[in-house]
Amino acid sequence: MILSQEKLLGLLQKYPPEKQHTLAVFQDIQQECGYLPKEHIIEAAQYLKTPLSQAYAMATFYRSFSLTPRGKYVIKVCDGTACHIKNIHEMRDTLARILDIDAGNTDKDGLFTLETVSCLGACSIAPVMQINDEYFGSLTVEKIYDILAKFYEVESYEKERSEV
Amino acid sequence: MKKTILVCCGPGCIAHKSLDVAASFQEQIASLNMDIAVETIIKQTGCHGLCSQGPLIRIMPDDISYYRVRPKDTEEILRSLDKAPVERLLYRDTTGANIKSQHRNPFYAPQQKLALRNVGEIDPQNIDDYKARGGYAALSKALTMAPGDIITEVEKSGLRGRGGAGFPTGLKWRIAAGYNNFPKYIILNGDEGDPGAFMDRSIMEGDPHGVLEGMIICALAIGATEGYLYIRDEYALSLKIMKQALADAENAGILGDSILGSTQSLHLNLVRGGGAFVCGETTAMIESIEGSIGEPRAAFVYPTEQGLWNQPTVINNVETFINIPLIIRDGGNRFTQTGTAKSKGTKVFSLAGKVHHSGLVEVPMGTPLRKIIFDIGGGVLGKHQFKAVQTGGPSGGSLPESLLDVPVDFDTLLDHGSMMGSGGMIVMDERTCMVELARYNVEFLAAESCGACVPCREGLRALLSILTRISAGKGELKDLEIIKNICEVLTHTSRCGLGKTAANPVLSTMKYFFEEYEEHITHKQCRANVCKMPDTGGAKNKKNNRMENGTKSNRMENGAKSSMENKNSTDTMNSTNTTNSDMGVAQCK
Repeated sequence: MILSQEKLLGLLQKYPPEKQHTLAVFQDIQQECGYLPKEHIIEAAQYLKTPLSQAYAMATFYRSFSLTPRGKYVIKVCDGTACHIKNIHEMRDTLARILDIDAGNTDKDGLFTLETVSCLGACSIAPVMQINDEYFGSLTVEKIYDILAKFYEVESYEKERSEV
Repeated sequence: MKKTILVCCGPGCIAHKSLDVAASFQEQIASLNMDIAVETIIKQTGCHGLCSQGPLIRIMPDDISYYRVRPKDTEEILRSLDKAPVERLLYRDTTGANIKSQHRNPFYAPQQKLALRNVGEIDPQNIDDYKARGGYAALSKALTMAPGDIITEVEKSGLRGRGGAGFPTGLKWRIAAGYNNFPKYIILNGDEGDPGAFMDRSIMEGDPHGVLEGMIICALAIGATEGYLYIRDEYALSLKIMKQALADAENAGILGDSILGSTQSLHLNLVRGGGAFVCGETTAMIESIEGSIGEPRAAFVYPTEQGLWNQPTVINNVETFINIPLIIRDGGNRFTQTGTAKSKGTKVFSLAGKVHHSGLVEVPMGTPLRKIIFDIGGGVLGKHQFKAVQTGGPSGGSLPESLLDVPVDFDTLLDHGSMMGSGGMIVMDERTCMVELARYNVEFLAAESCGACVPCREGLRALLSILTRISAGKGELKDLEIIKNICEVLTHTSRCGLGKTAANPVLSTMKYFFEEYEEHITHKQCRANVCKMPDTGGAKNKKNNRMENGTKSNRMENGAKSSMENKNSTDTMNSTNTTNSDMGVAQCK
């Protein structure tokens, strides 16, 4: 999703036009769009009086930014040490198999993006993953199926409703 | 009679649906209003600690703790408030006895809560709750003190930075205060990026005003008028709670143009981190706040002299700041009563991995690892054997059982090839392969290396490729020598702490679990059945190995066989070593 000129300007003008706000501006854009569209990086750089090369460096250096559109649900699979030794790779592989994508990609419907992150900071309930803002802890392969099934159920329900 | 129900809303309990429990309490109270005799207040608090048994609730003033509470339990709990406690939700110890009070629970009993004094006790989003427990009294006291005297108290306390390096906090402040170059800045390092660590978030989410109070006192001491809170973007809850706390403190006249009516001012801004581990490094964080990519600066000039926008800057960790109000309130000498000769106070650990009770733990410095893992943590999960504990996150080291009685403080951990780090503590059993663990840690560090200096960027890449090869059963003995050389270069020539400490996970596993490297290389075996080995099938046959072939006699046979072979190969290597002193293999042992 790309923001209207008006909305983007509103978002930019929350911050003074200084380089130091690049991170914050990008985070806001990412929150709105789900990723950093190229057009917005260019406009943000102009607004923040930052060379485009440096703005692009920011967008690619920091892990939380994506340059490609992401799904409606972003699944962050934790690969912290506690999750790692509790076989999180089995859950990740299961997710990848169900969604038919590798980590770092979005499924063909644009519904789910699968990511691995270095640590979600919820190690005591490892293995753990996060879907948008919700944590799912003490995962097992079976639980993965249940959790995804619920999301698919909600989606098909909403789709039906919108068609009606 | 008035009762308070404290519902833990830390990340662990939220994942176990504690918000539903809190909501259910509110609903029940509304519907039972006429029916129950006691007036009840529900408070959503920060982490209570024992995350693996969540959702946790605690009833005050009776001090009754309930575990694994579900929304369906709330009515029964409310009805029991003026009667006997609900037995089935109490903690049951190993003898089967029910334990009512938190203080008698073996997880909590050995702990000493200084940094976590308010976490789990107050509503973090209510500034009055903080004040009611003596909050901001230390700030009022600090306002009557000369800046130099504040620093003297911190120096007396012996407080060392809790971010990992253990630099004396008082000294850092003294240096920054000494420069007559304004403006000066303070920064809160809340970019807790180590896998396996969740202490700082628990403090920010449980006691945000305690952190702010520590920061304001620091600003008064060094003469800073502006500051930043740099918090990981992944920590949505921490950001939300700290933002609210900042607004509340400003409205209460604690922050802003006039601190508590004085002539001193302090303005604090919130910065969301971008998800780069290296930004936890002081100078990388400064670069990030300035709006650049997080590449550390060369350490010729310290941030205390030229930090943010080249002005004197003090950066402290969340846990460091939270200790400051205590030190000012009670005096530095009181603080020295806890801890060891060179490491004062307590340390908060996030205990996780294959341990019975995982969660947030605070113990005096110098507490032996065994006490933390076996007494507080309740030992290894299931019927498995303890193998190692990793302290200090991915750049820390793994320590074996023989070192479990080592007292945990900054210096002893360093002496044994690990480090305190920010306080992650991961317990591992025999199902973890130490070679693969080293590979995993290096993989993380290689991905997080910012790439600015060659030793770190190229060294970690090379290390990763060698360790990957070894854990795939394709290693050679000479690889061990190369690893050692790379580690040495990494440690001595990297620009920042990320590279300087990156060798720890490799060297410590080579030191304490050398036989596993040997088995991978010489016998193409992974005793933990984690690595896929070319000949034996390794992980492919994992199930079979464990369940069918893993009979006692079979295992013993294999074990005896490999230990005999180990012995032989060690002998060969020792003799090689005498002819080639540079071989390095035996030295690693």
